[in-house]
Amino acid sequence: MLYRETGQFKQSYASDQAIFPILQDRIGLAIILAVAFVAIPLLGNEFVLASLMIPFLILSLGAIGLNLLTGYTGLLSLGTGAFMGVGAYAAYKLSTLFPGINILVWIVCSGFVAAGIGILVGLPSLRIKGFYLAVATLAAQFFLQWCFVRISWLYNDNPSGAIEVPARTLFGIAITGPSATPVTRYYVVLVIVAVMTLIASNIVHGRIGRTWMAVRDMDIAAQLMGIRLLRSKLLAFAVSSFYCGVSGALMVFLWLGAAEPSAFEINLSFLMLFMVIIGGLGSLIGSFMGTALIHILPILIRSLPEALGLPLAAATVEHLTFMIVGALIIFFLIVEPHGLARLWQIGKQKLRVWPFPY
Amino acid sequence: MSGASETLLSVEGVSLSFGGVKAISGVSFDIRKGEIRAIIGPNGAGKTSMLNVINGFYHPNQGRITYKGQTRSRMRPYRAASQGIARTFQNVALFRGMTTLDNIMVGRTLKMQRGLFWQMLRFGPAMREEIEHRRAVEDIIDFLQIEQIRKTPVGRLPYGLQKRVELGRALAMEPDLLLLDEPMAGMNIEEKEDMCRYILDVNKEFGTTIALIEHDIGVVMDLSDRVVVLEYGHKIADGTPDAVKSDSKVIEAYLGVAHQDDKASGPAREVAA
Amino acid sequence: MLYNVFIDPFVQMAGAPDLLVQALWEGLVSGVLYALIALGFVLIFKASGVFNFAQGIMVVFSALTLVGLYEKFAAFGFSGHLAAYVALALAAVVMFVLAVVIERVVLRPLVNQPDIILFMATFGITYVLIGLGEMVFGGDPKQMIADELFLPGGSIDVEMLGGFVSFQKIDIAATVIASVMIAGLAVFFQKTRIGRALRAVADSHKAALSVGISLNQIWAIVWFAAGLVALVTGIMWGARSNVSFALEIVALKALPVLVLGGLTSVPGAIVGGLIVGIGEKLGEFYWGPLLGGGIESWFAYVIALLFLLYRPQGLFGDKIIERI
Repeated sequence: MLYRETGQFKQSYASDQAIFPILQDRIGLAIILAVAFVAIPLLGNEFVLASLMIPFLILSLGAIGLNLLTGYTGLLSLGTGAFMGVGAYAAYKLSTLFPGINILVWIVCSGFVAAGIGILVGLPSLRIKGFYLAVATLAAQFFLQWCFVRISWLYNDNPSGAIEVPARTLFGIAITGPSATPVTRYYVVLVIVAVMTLIASNIVHGRIGRTWMAVRDMDIAAQLMGIRLLRSKLLAFAVSSFYCGVSGALMVFLWLGAAEPSAFEINLSFLMLFMVIIGGLGSLIGSFMGTALIHILPILIRSLPEALGLPLAAATVEHLTFMIVGALIIFFLIVEPHGLARLWQIGKQKLRVWPFPY
Repeated sequence: MSGASETLLSVEGVSLSFGGVKAISGVSFDIRKGEIRAIIGPNGAGKTSMLNVINGFYHPNQGRITYKGQTRSRMRPYRAASQGIARTFQNVALFRGMTTLDNIMVGRTLKMQRGLFWQMLRFGPAMREEIEHRRAVEDIIDFLQIEQIRKTPVGRLPYGLQKRVELGRALAMEPDLLLLDEPMAGMNIEEKEDMCRYILDVNKEFGTTIALIEHDIGVVMDLSDRVVVLEYGHKIADGTPDAVKSDSKVIEAYLGVAHQDDKASGPAREVAA
Repeated sequence: MLYNVFIDPFVQMAGAPDLLVQALWEGLVSGVLYALIALGFVLIFKASGVFNFAQGIMVVFSALTLVGLYEKFAAFGFSGHLAAYVALALAAVVMFVLAVVIERVVLRPLVNQPDIILFMATFGITYVLIGLGEMVFGGDPKQMIADELFLPGGSIDVEMLGGFVSFQKIDIAATVIASVMIAGLAVFFQKTRIGRALRAVADSHKAALSVGISLNQIWAIVWFAAGLVALVTGIMWGARSNVSFALEIVALKALPVLVLGGLTSVPGAIVGGLIVGIGEKLGEFYWGPLLGGGIESWFAYVIALLFLLYRPQGLFGDKIIERI
């Protein structure tokens, strides 16, 4: 009975079209924002911030990007890792070429660079569909990976092949580089992710989101409504790559502080795909949930033997982690193929009548 | 339906084949503005293929299509849509992942202008546009009496309601020409009556020209102004319902061989046809 | 520059024809092996509509099992040819058990789910097998027991076209064995009752069920067959280099092969494999130096992509006819 929407009548289309029309949802959102902006920085220690929350937020952003392309538009992409890499390297080059301009500007610009590459990768979607298109994204992944290693201009000819992030500031406070504190970095990432999530939500609830879903569900009928398929698909590629690019730039500048080309390999693409599928295709909340599970779970599993006092070699723990994650993926797919987001919705449904049985 | 009836659409000598199969052979007919034109014929006659040609999905091997005065050798889906041709499908082509409301809103896509920038913001012009089109969509929902299912994902709806939602989506385009592919297939008597009423209302109130593929002869006779009969890709009759009904070729092909010496089924034939 | 890209490589080819033949031969061999991996994918896809991402890891896992079992035997003093073949038989049994387990635990609960879900489930299987393999067999590369299996070593050097062309005997053996396997599978699919049932299942699970085909049996059989193909592939690849988890990435190469040949076609897998194998080798030899080397990581994909633009369903794939 907690989650009741009876009695909440809408007087206008405007209020009905609101993103969270139900009061309880809005309260829930307020609580989440309060926790994110206030509670966690106050109560969390460095480990929580640096190893849990910052990666979680950054990867969720990438997951949103992939979800826009694969979940909403139905175009399977196996090149997410490469797009994130494009953003990272673009931000690095721009920032080292023009150090005077604020790093945040360059992070946004790197998104545009990634979007441009995304459009190129999406061009074959005019002729190719479904699984075969995924192979095109795979081609992009391997090609870009090769570029990250071979084109030494990208990493300023650093002999180790890696990029190291220069220290940058915002309003005089260090936000990248060794002197930036986790709290500072956390807030910057949080604000960026929050704003971009809001934008993604706006897009998805409007005409463009509907167009994408129409293309996904039945592109023939969509064409008949006057939807231009190529334009919609390229837009999806562009926006999705933008998000992935920014995510990659944040990853290098505000999380890792450095990166080797191997950071953006195919494994990252698969990881992001897991997050999106387990979280729920076509659901923004799902992107967050899936990322939470896939990112936080291995950390938990790794620290578990220590916490329980079991003497296991680090290598064994690694192997077990692989096996448990694999088993969990299968388990979730069996239990709820539509992902955690659907489970969440079902949970809300149950809350409508709880504590009554029906 | 009187007065100067100009031709809205005409097809001339259209032929279409897939591989070795000739789906349509040299078919010509026209559709006048404001009329309800039925296309009937046994299964495999090429009726759906004909609609697909009009829509621009299939490109005819021969022949021409004239729509609103412009003649082309083939249509393109985008042009068909932007010039006011809307369509429903034999096997309900709704967007299953979306609600009724969203499905019908997709029908308004062509009329919505606001680009990516305003969509990102939501507040302001994009929101106003959404609400304006929401109003139009609500009018359609009201007209089709589907208010109670507006937020239901269409995949969960029973077949009859899905067909109604699909009609709504087509209507949302405010089409000049509405192509309906077996809109009443699989419906019971009441549902059929409702659908007939909607089709007639759309034609009378909005002046929409309608081309309709239908198997139920009773519906065809009641609703349509003129009928085209196809069989194995050829046109075998073209005229008013009464004329077509008594055409011997049609009776042989479609309605059954005429039982002239069978007294018992004589009166039955009058009623059934 | 244009000269370098479009003329010079061919000049080089003509200038040293023995090198060209060598490149062609090596391309052929790797093409045959790619085709074998692709075959495993095609088998499972034809029969269950599942794109089995775990095929690659199955290659590694089966080879590791074989070598691991032999090492265990050798530790007890049981070695030599007989031990090798006993280990081989046992490895096959292990793959059978694996097939049955996968069918029971993963496929059965997911029947009728959309393809993407099943595809993701094979990811899960991959991770489990990686973890299991590393835990049981250790992560170090191992030597394939080629000699013990009667696989020939050494090479035949033929003098031709002004130089030497070297044919590794193991490569010849691999080509022969692979061809026999492919021919056998093709016959199996076309002529036998089970083969027909497999094709029915690939078309539609529900329809096949309604005619009384036991999906569970069919799936177990198919995964076992794919497991055997994986085992043979693992032996051949392992004999040419070694057995390690890096092989899993090689399996990803099968994707361009599948894309080229069409996902549902056995001859497509072969033709695709040869095109990719030869194309890749030639590209690497003659165009690679222009770009700084290492292009084999993506060259195959670009070849496949270009083909796709011309034929979106692959060379032999079923043409996708949209009915509305």
